[in-house]
Formats: sequence, C-alpha cells, structure tokens
Amino acid sequence: MILKPQANDIKNIGYYLGRIIIGIGLTMFLPFIAGLVLFSEPNPALDFLISANIAIFIGLALSWLCKTDKELHTGPAMVVIALSWLAAMALSAIPLFLSGHYKSFLDACFETMSGFTTTGLTLVQDLDHLARTHNLWRHLGPFIGGQGIAIIAISFLVGGTNGSLNLYLGEGRDEKLVPNVIHTARFIWAISIAYLILGTIVLGLVGMSIGLKPHSAFFHAVCIFMAGFDTAGFAPQSINILYYHSLMFEIVTIFFMVIGSFNFNLHYQIWTGNFKEIWKNIEMRTLLFITMIVTLITMAGLRQWGVYSDGMILFRKGFFQIISGQTTTGYMTIYAQQFLKEWGDLALTGIIIAMVLGGCACSTAGGIKMLRVGIIYKAFRQDIKKMMLSPSAVIVQRFHHIRTMFIDDKQVRAVLIVTLGYFFLYGLGTLVGVGLGYPFLNALFESTSAAGNVGLSCGITDASMPAILKMTYIIEMWAGRLELMSVFALIGFFVAFVKGR
Amino acid sequence: MKVKSFFFFVMLCLVLIISSSNCYAQISTSSDLLNGTKQYDGKTVNYKGEVIGDVMIRGDHVWLHVNDGTIAIGIWAPKIMIQDILYIGDYHKKGDIVEVSGTFHRSCPEHGGDLDIHASEIKKITSGSTVIRPISRKKVYIGVYSLMLVLIFYALKRFFKNR
Repeated sequence: MILKPQANDIKNIGYYLGRIIIGIGLTMFLPFIAGLVLFSEPNPALDFLISANIAIFIGLALSWLCKTDKELHTGPAMVVIALSWLAAMALSAIPLFLSGHYKSFLDACFETMSGFTTTGLTLVQDLDHLARTHNLWRHLGPFIGGQGIAIIAISFLVGGTNGSLNLYLGEGRDEKLVPNVIHTARFIWAISIAYLILGTIVLGLVGMSIGLKPHSAFFHAVCIFMAGFDTAGFAPQSINILYYHSLMFEIVTIFFMVIGSFNFNLHYQIWTGNFKEIWKNIEMRTLLFITMIVTLITMAGLRQWGVYSDGMILFRKGFFQIISGQTTTGYMTIYAQQFLKEWGDLALTGIIIAMVLGGCACSTAGGIKMLRVGIIYKAFRQDIKKMMLSPSAVIVQRFHHIRTMFIDDKQVRAVLIVTLGYFFLYGLGTLVGVGLGYPFLNALFESTSAAGNVGLSCGITDASMPAILKMTYIIEMWAGRLELMSVFALIGFFVAFVKGR
Repeated sequence: MKVKSFFFFVMLCLVLIISSSNCYAQISTSSDLLNGTKQYDGKTVNYKGEVIGDVMIRGDHVWLHVNDGTIAIGIWAPKIMIQDILYIGDYHKKGDIVEVSGTFHRSCPEHGGDLDIHASEIKKITSGSTVIRPISRKKVYIGVYSLMLVLIFYALKRFFKNR
C-alpha cells in the first residue's frame, strides 16, 4: 500500500525549498552589484534586482508558511533537491529572459538548466552583444550548480545535521570529505574559491599576453574559469574557445577542465598532502585508461578521414575535444558544423564514448562517472575469475578509493542501477531526436551531451529546434546532474500524493 | 568575317570579365563557409559582417572577429588594415560593418588548425556607433517597489517570530 504524504512532509519540503530559493535570490545580487559598479550596465543590473526580489519573496513566503522544526528525512530531502533545481532554473531564467536575447522563456530556462547542471548547451541569441552582467550570470550558474545548489544552503542557510546530510546526498554526492556535512560543504566552497582566484589570475595573464585588454582579459578569465573548472563549457563569445586563437589558452583551459573533473575527495587528499592518492585511486586509473582508449579511437577516426593534414594540428584539435568530452565540459575549438561534416563516424564515436563515461564522482563533471566504470570493471573481473576457478574458491576483489575497499553485490547493484538509468536517459533523448527527424548518430551525440552534462554540440541544439526536444534535453540535463535518484523520488512523491491512502 | 570574329572575341572577354568580377564580389555567409568548408578551403572569399569582441594584437598582425548575424569568424589581418575600424561591437556599441576579402582556411596550418580567413583587404562599409540605452524607469520602479515589498515582508516575518 502506498502511503499518502502527510501535511508535515509537505511543510518540511516547502520550508527547505524556501530556504534554498532565498539562497538563489541572494546570489543574484552579485551580478546586480557587478552590473552597476563594474560594467556600467544599469538596465541589466535592474533585471537582477527584480529577479532577486521575486526569488527572495517566494522563498520567504514558502519558509514562513511552511515553518517547521522537524528534521528533513531522506525521501523528502530528495524531493526538495529535485524541486529546488527546477525552481532555480525558472527563477534564474527571469533576468536572462528580460535581457531580450532569448526567443522564449523556455529558451531562457534551457540556458539556466544547462548552466546549473554544468552542461553548456546554449540557446542564446546574439551572444556577442549580450551585456556582461547577463553573461556573468550565465557563467555563475555553473559555478553555483557545479558545487551544488544545496551546498550553498547547507553552508550558509540550513542548520541541523540530518537535514543537511540528506540534502547533500540528494544532489548526487555520496561522499563526505570530513565527518561533518556542513564542514564538507564549506570545504568544497573553499577549494572552489581558491581555484577561482588562481584560475582567474592565470587565465587573465594569458589573456593579456594574447592581446586582450586587461579588463576584458580578466572578465574572460573569470567566465572561462567558472565554466571550465565546473565543466560547463559556456564562453563569453559565440565561437567559444576558438575565439582566443592561442595554444597557451587552450593548455590552461585543459588543465582547469581536468582538475574540475576530479573528485572533491581527491582534491581534499591533495590539499592535505596525500599525493600518493592520485596514483592509487581507482577513478584516476580508470580516467587515464579511458582517456587513452578514447584518444586512440578519435585520432584513428581523424586520420582515417584525413581531417587534418598535419600531425600536430590533428593532436591539438583532437585532444582538446576529447578532454572537453571526457571531462564533460563541452568547450570547443572547432565549429559544431565541423563535428558533423568533417570528423567522421569513428571520431564522433570516440567523443560519444568519452561523454557517456564522463568524469569522476563527487565532482562537477557529468556522465556515468569513473568510479562506477571502475567498479563495474572490477565486478566483471571478479565474476570471470569465479567462472574460471574452482566453485569452492573464495574470490574477493578490492579497489582503492581514498581507502581500500572490497566490492560487494549491494554496491555493484547500486552502481548498475544508476548506470542503467543513464543509458535510459541517453536512449530517451535519442529516441525523441530520431522521432523528430534527426539522423541517429547526431541525435545520439546531442542526447548524450545533454544527459551527460557535457555541452558539445553537433548542431542540433538551436533556438529553432522543436519545443518538445528542448524540454526533453532540459529533463535529461536535470536528471543527469542529480544522478536520477532525486528525480525518481520526486516522481514517487507525486504518485504517492495521487494514489496513496 | 575577321571583324565578326574580333567582335565576338571582345564580347566574350567582356562577359568573362563581368561574370568573374561578379563572382569575386559575391559575399559568402558564415553558413556557406561552415557548411562548405572543404569547397572553400584555400579559396579567396568575401565575407561581410560586424566587427565584434576584442581586437587582439599579435605582433604586426591582429585577430579580429566578424559576425555576419549568425556566428563570428576569426580574421587574421595585418595591423595596418584595421586602422579605419573604430567601433568594435558589444553591449555598449554597434561595431563597424566591414567586408573582408581573403583566403579561407578550413584548418589553418599557420594557426594550429583554426578555421579562419587571412585577410588581403578589409573595407569598412558602415561605421558603427555607441548604443544609447536610457535607464528604464519601469525597471527602476519595479525593482525599488519589489525590494520594499521584500523588506517589509522580512520585517513582518521577524516581528511575528519574536512575538
């Protein structure tokens, strides 16, 4: 028998959702101040004042009407997370829509969901004339969403421990860096802000060395860092990283994309001096192995089609796109049309494999994640060994991730369910794409890019694409970022609300 | 007969000259170039659009970007060619409209495989301008009133919480 959610559960959800919405509203004051003080753009700044007020009002009203002292349990926490991402999408879309650079509110929602989920697919019109205030918000989205919307709330707005922990887990993160979840959340912010300062300085200096004026160089630097470290792939100009025409800029961007795709737990180990973890960690080994395989496939494809006549050019263009796909960033140094018309099926398949598998768990990257790929591989190895050895033999399989652990069936089951969920998502978008008349490989590429929160595009994502496909990609990006569980919890909650007794 | 042949030859030359000059002046759009990269690779093209973004000086050359309304393409040009360009398009400015004549590269060997155009001539067609955007009074009113509403609401919430 399905139990109908009680009034207390709904109040609890409303209260925490309200707190998170207040957090989203408060972050809008950053572009508001930057717009007024740094960019001299009063109208765009006002867009953020209006949107912030709307968000804070809704948040205050919800948290007042639903005031409760009850701890938030796992199920409702997941519902809060799923709803808060939808609320963040809709409220953050208001200033972008007011900019006049989006054909519809749905397009603005697509943009913000793409940003928060660190995907990077974009529907903006005339990006090259977009106000810096709005452009900054496009890039702040990935920085907020990459670390986690709930992480803000946990760090600054939500007290208690159980409720915070459940919110943290609901956002697709199942690892705590330190025993206390609030400290974990604050550490994630500390790491991110430290890298933000470092990244902005380095990219700013590189920008100046390639001919950008200082104010422009540092604006580009902060945007590219936020969207690169948070593996989103947005850029301030319409031709993405190709705009800079610089090998040095590409190398620095690759560095930040790669470290952005590392597990925050690994960052914590490095910051606390445990450098050995880099070589021992199953995720790092899997990431290195997969990247090598994908590089071989893609390079072979590019050579086979004779896309680039020069070996160095082939490596530079190929490797950048591979790392961009593998880390699920989506930065491009070629045009989307070139993917389709020049790269050939084998090279595209290589990039699709990279996007499907993605970066590390508990990072800003998307995709199935290296930890799961590593565990599935170890589980297969264990089963093959079992088949080959005597039935009475006891076979244990270990892996190292921060500490050495043994693989058990429960863990493998959990990993396979999420993996299967991702394949379902990839398939769903492909099916809708093919149903709307797009070629199979293109539809698969774009769907994988959306669900894996990658952002590479072969040209399907465009303001003129059907609304049904936009909505499908929004759902894919949302479910992919939350690793499906919170979305399932939300669906379950509604089913229980309608059918429960 | 000789006169007729000569006349025919002159006419043929005229037709060829006119048609070739028309062909040279034909403007390629970014869609044409990006959808026909192999067809245009290494060929002289004419491309027209607004100068946007930043002009990046690299020695005696510059990178500038010209957007034809769909997407921008990188233009590699000698510094001397851009002396007439005064307005670079962004939120505050409408950039100069230029017509670039140059060699299109699908994957430029000189620039790490970037798709670009090496300009041999840049003509300014229309001068850009500063875009005047007066502060929207409507937005100011909505912003201020909504802020007051939020502050009153917050004060009420605090008031009832303390009671």
